Amino acid sequence: MAYIIKGETGDWEVVIGLEVHAQVISAAKLFSGAATSFGSDPNSNVAFVDAAMPGMLPVINATCVEQAVRTGLGLKAKINHRSVFARKNYFYADLPQGYQISQFDQPIVGEGTLVLDMPDGTSRSVGIERLHLEQDAGKSIHDIHPTKSFIDLNRAGVALMEIVSKPDMRSPEEAGAYLKKLRSILRYLGTCDGNMEEGSMRCDANVSVRPVGSTELRTRCEIKNVNSMRFVMQAIEFEAKRHVDVYDNGGKIDQETRLYDSVKGETRTMRSKEFAHDYRYFPDPDLLPLEFDDAYVAAIKSTLPELPDDKKERFISQYGLSAYDAGVLVAEKENADFFEEVAKQSGDGKLANSWVSNNLFSVLNAKNLTIDQSPISANHLSKLIALIKNNTISGRLAKDVFEIMLVETGKDPEAIVSERGMKQITDTGAIDKAIDDILAANADKVAQVKAGKEALIGWFVGQVMKATQGKANPALCQELLKKKLAQ
Amino acid sequence: MTDLTRFTIASAREHLRKKDFTALELTDAHIAAMESNRHLNAFITETADLARERAKESDFRIKNGDALPLDGIPLGIKDLFCTEGVQTTAGSHILKGFRPNYESTVSQKLRDAGSVMLGKLNLDEFAMGSSNMTSYYGDVINPWKARGHSADLVPGGSSGGSAASVAAHLAMGATGTDTGGSIRQPAAFCGIVGVKPTYGRCSRWGVVAFASSLDQAGPMTRTVRDAAIMLNAMVGFDPKDSTSANLPMPDVEAALTKGVKGMKIGLPKEYRPAGLNAEVGMLWDKGAQWLRDAGAEVIEIDLPHTKYALPTYYIVAPAEASSNLARYDGVRYGLRVPGKSLDDMYAKTRAEGFGKEVKRRILIGTYVLSAGYYDAYYLKAQKVRALIAQDFEKAFGKVDAILTPTAPTAAFGLNDKIDDPVAMYLNDVFTVPASLAGIPGASVPAGLTAHGLPLGLQVLTKRWDEETLFRVCQVLEDSAKFPGLKGER
Repeated sequence: MAYIIKGETGDWEVVIGLEVHAQVISAAKLFSGAATSFGSDPNSNVAFVDAAMPGMLPVINATCVEQAVRTGLGLKAKINHRSVFARKNYFYADLPQGYQISQFDQPIVGEGTLVLDMPDGTSRSVGIERLHLEQDAGKSIHDIHPTKSFIDLNRAGVALMEIVSKPDMRSPEEAGAYLKKLRSILRYLGTCDGNMEEGSMRCDANVSVRPVGSTELRTRCEIKNVNSMRFVMQAIEFEAKRHVDVYDNGGKIDQETRLYDSVKGETRTMRSKEFAHDYRYFPDPDLLPLEFDDAYVAAIKSTLPELPDDKKERFISQYGLSAYDAGVLVAEKENADFFEEVAKQSGDGKLANSWVSNNLFSVLNAKNLTIDQSPISANHLSKLIALIKNNTISGRLAKDVFEIMLVETGKDPEAIVSERGMKQITDTGAIDKAIDDILAANADKVAQVKAGKEALIGWFVGQVMKATQGKANPALCQELLKKKLAQ
Repeated sequence: MTDLTRFTIASAREHLRKKDFTALELTDAHIAAMESNRHLNAFITETADLARERAKESDFRIKNGDALPLDGIPLGIKDLFCTEGVQTTAGSHILKGFRPNYESTVSQKLRDAGSVMLGKLNLDEFAMGSSNMTSYYGDVINPWKARGHSADLVPGGSSGGSAASVAAHLAMGATGTDTGGSIRQPAAFCGIVGVKPTYGRCSRWGVVAFASSLDQAGPMTRTVRDAAIMLNAMVGFDPKDSTSANLPMPDVEAALTKGVKGMKIGLPKEYRPAGLNAEVGMLWDKGAQWLRDAGAEVIEIDLPHTKYALPTYYIVAPAEASSNLARYDGVRYGLRVPGKSLDDMYAKTRAEGFGKEVKRRILIGTYVLSAGYYDAYYLKAQKVRALIAQDFEKAFGKVDAILTPTAPTAAFGLNDKIDDPVAMYLNDVFTVPASLAGIPGASVPAGLTAHGLPLGLQVLTKRWDEETLFRVCQVLEDSAKFPGLKGER
């Protein structure tokens, strides 16, 4: 459903483009051999070039280039066989060189596409404008000393991929879906861990609004460094509303950089256009243009894993899942893998989806666990499904077994069933007796069924299940009931 | 006893191996010369103790028959090369107290070849200058004087300390760096040989950057053979410098005797503007005749974009410098002048730490890269630079080498105060085009002016063809019979 902001002067739509900075997974920095590990002692992962010592020179890390190409391929984007590193010049205490080595007019990756999976099961495409490699800056720490700032250069020079979308998103939800999908693809590819809390994925949002029906692009504001998906959505919502209010009041939006205050839930000016930096980009003379051939790209392509969109399609066709269910499962590769193992072992994709997506995920969510920390293994969940399928236990009994499996972690469901005598009753004699007792005690309802109120059969099945503590085979119950009621 | 400072590197090498004297004796003689010529202000930092230690190590190797190519040869290192544990200033106040924890690739290679570092040589601040007058550590004085005059002359720049120390026999050779002529012009002013190899031959790793796409290290010596010996030790692929070339280096020392017979030598007509200094013009003609006499064919060639070289250079070099020098911000090393805020600290530190010429070039460079000016200046300069390189490519389709004067004049007086920076920039008018094209160039001392001051001739060849470069230089040297400051070399 379209996201419309009702203004005093009419209806408005929001235009959103996102710039995501994704930290490249690599052992060493983009232009030095220093380690990239998070949480090291301050200034312990710093090579001479990271500290911009005189005469030190950058040398490109081949792994980072490969990761960027890999990501480009994952975004179905154009891979540029020749790209150029440029210097972005500005002064800041945690930018040792006085410039950031980035890419400007010749990035390593060009246009691509990202497919959003919307909560209602629909999908839509968002264009990728470009992806380029650049260095991260260090960190300024202002709260150690009353007047001085401290600098930690551990992060300085770490490789980032800046992934820029086209202004193709029209609601905060789409922006959220974009980030979620991008994160998913990066994690599938193993090129970024997508951890927004640790800052290995950061997002700037470009926001503008326009009257519904218009195709113009009005002045945008850039909201910098928002560090969670929820905040990105909140920031966009606030900012779009702010624009509408300004326009409604006859004002005009100034192009500027803004910050999102997550406590107050509002954006505010960080840097107006007059104070915008002139970065004086020019090609870095310390580095040659980055060039590679088709064979290099093909070699990387051959190692790409199955990506979420393909996996989703396959889950739909192979296991008969709905688009929504498949979308939920593939969002995290580990979840998809878990599901697929259960589906394969149990031989029933739909049941596997139901047990993984509904039962297991709700438990994991409630306990704040990841799939790797699941108290129930894929093998055991498969066995549980097998027990249902071969009529050893009913669906209702299976839920009880599942609960026990959660507590007695590592216990085989077969063992649980046999130890506790939870096997389904398929002995018609035992069920017959239960049915006869219930029919005798509910003569009035029997009469109603005979008078044509067939729906009451379900009620009788329930009563039988209750009487057998759920062990009766429901299908068998129904069959016997129908027979007896027809007499 | 013979004055041990009078030998060339080539002859000293033989004497050392024959044990006619020790490396320590040779080093001590040069330390004595260095110490008794402090008025030249050629050295910023003297490292006599370190030199003696290294000389003893050389003697040990020589004694054991393990002599390295440059074992025991005392050299000076331009103070733009970072030297481990030894103060490195780049001639600037802003690097106050900076002692690198690393050794530049080139100085390391020279050290690995057994040479003995005497100290760090004075230079124009950040190698920006053509007179060595921009150094925070004071002017260097050219050991040459005009006949009958006592006025101090400039040694040229930016490798002024290097040129003066070699000319005055304080060091047997020195490293220089050349961005627009900083090896060749001071070599010409001081009557020595200076070679700028092809861009990419010598690693830039550990050399304080001025203009990264132009900076190139090279040797400064009293003979062409010495330059060949030294250069052989300095070059080589360095994976730490992405612009370093992974190409084999011809054995230039072995090529020295091959002569120029059958070669074609070009004289670019654009290098003879109206008003060219008559003595410079005459020496150029003489040089051409020497090459003809040695069996080369000399023809006139066109390098049509020459007149744009200087303006192009003064866009490209300052642009890169403005960015390269941003790291001197008072945060991590060198000078820091406290301020009320970060920006105030930057401003005060850079105001006090940089000299006038450096500030001028940072301003020019910042301007030409600014939004709205980039296309008109920097981008256009890059296009012209490509045309200049193309000029040379076309020329080298016809000739093997090009002969030109090195500088438009001989050394000028320290007191001929040059207020006009553009007049100063004109010193590099003949050397800058080759820098922009990345081709190798050398200056060979070829004669004296009427006032007895040295003049140099410049030889240029195509990229990676240092072999032809040295062959031509050797013929010029043999023909010129240049006397040297002490009447011998």
